Amino acid sequence: MSENNEWLWTLAETIPSESEQGQRIMKLLLSKLEEHQWPMADTFGVHLSTEEALVNAIKHGNGLDPDKNVQVELNLGAKRVSIRITDEGDGFDFDHLPDPTLEENLDVPSGRGVMLMRSYMTAVEYNECGNSVFMEKVLD
Amino acid sequence: MAENRRLDVSEVEGVTVVEFVDRKILDDAQIQEIGQEFADLVNAQGRSNMLLNFSSVEFLSSSALGKLINLNKQVKQAGGKLRMSNIRPEIMEVFAITKLNKLFDIREDVPDALAAFSK
Repeated sequence: MSENNEWLWTLAETIPSESEQGQRIMKLLLSKLEEHQWPMADTFGVHLSTEEALVNAIKHGNGLDPDKNVQVELNLGAKRVSIRITDEGDGFDFDHLPDPTLEENLDVPSGRGVMLMRSYMTAVEYNECGNSVFMEKVLD
Repeated sequence: MAENRRLDVSEVEGVTVVEFVDRKILDDAQIQEIGQEFADLVNAQGRSNMLLNFSSVEFLSSSALGKLINLNKQVKQAGGKLRMSNIRPEIMEVFAITKLNKLFDIREDVPDALAAFSK
């Protein structure tokens, strides 16, 4: 990011694949978004997207394996937040996910996380194998 | 009757009205419990017409949506109807993005939803 020097808060941590650890990171990010007076609606979207990405990494990527870690990088500015979450799993084919909004998929109980991330964030990018996601939200 | 930890359940005009104990529905264990309590209401207790009152819910994740979809199916299979009410705008947006507002019967508030059951 070219705006590295403008970050108000940054975090780079490697956490074990435990949902409690994900919750702790989430609480920290939420408190910082609040502290730096991010609008409520945008905070909701960043919260939801980060939650989805953390759950994907801990539960689906690393399969809750205590021997596997998740790398979390968060950068928060006045009008920009960036999030990179990397797991030790095999990744997934993020470009060919079924569209959960199609009539025939509406009652399928899973598969909405990535589309919610894409809806709420300004940018969502995966690395080639799909075990690392970079997301960014830029305020207008 | 099974004890509910995650749901407050009452009976109003023959409709099972369910409120959520938690403001945020995101933890995996918590969501599994909610799913189990939903299933118990329909399968063990035979509740069919059900209203989910979301007035206390500020946040939910996509895996919580999965439990709502499963409950909707279970209630339909039991020959009943599931309705939802008191959903705050941020969560309505989640339903709109995922188009679940087309799958779910969403009403403004509890009286609106109860009235729809008696039609």
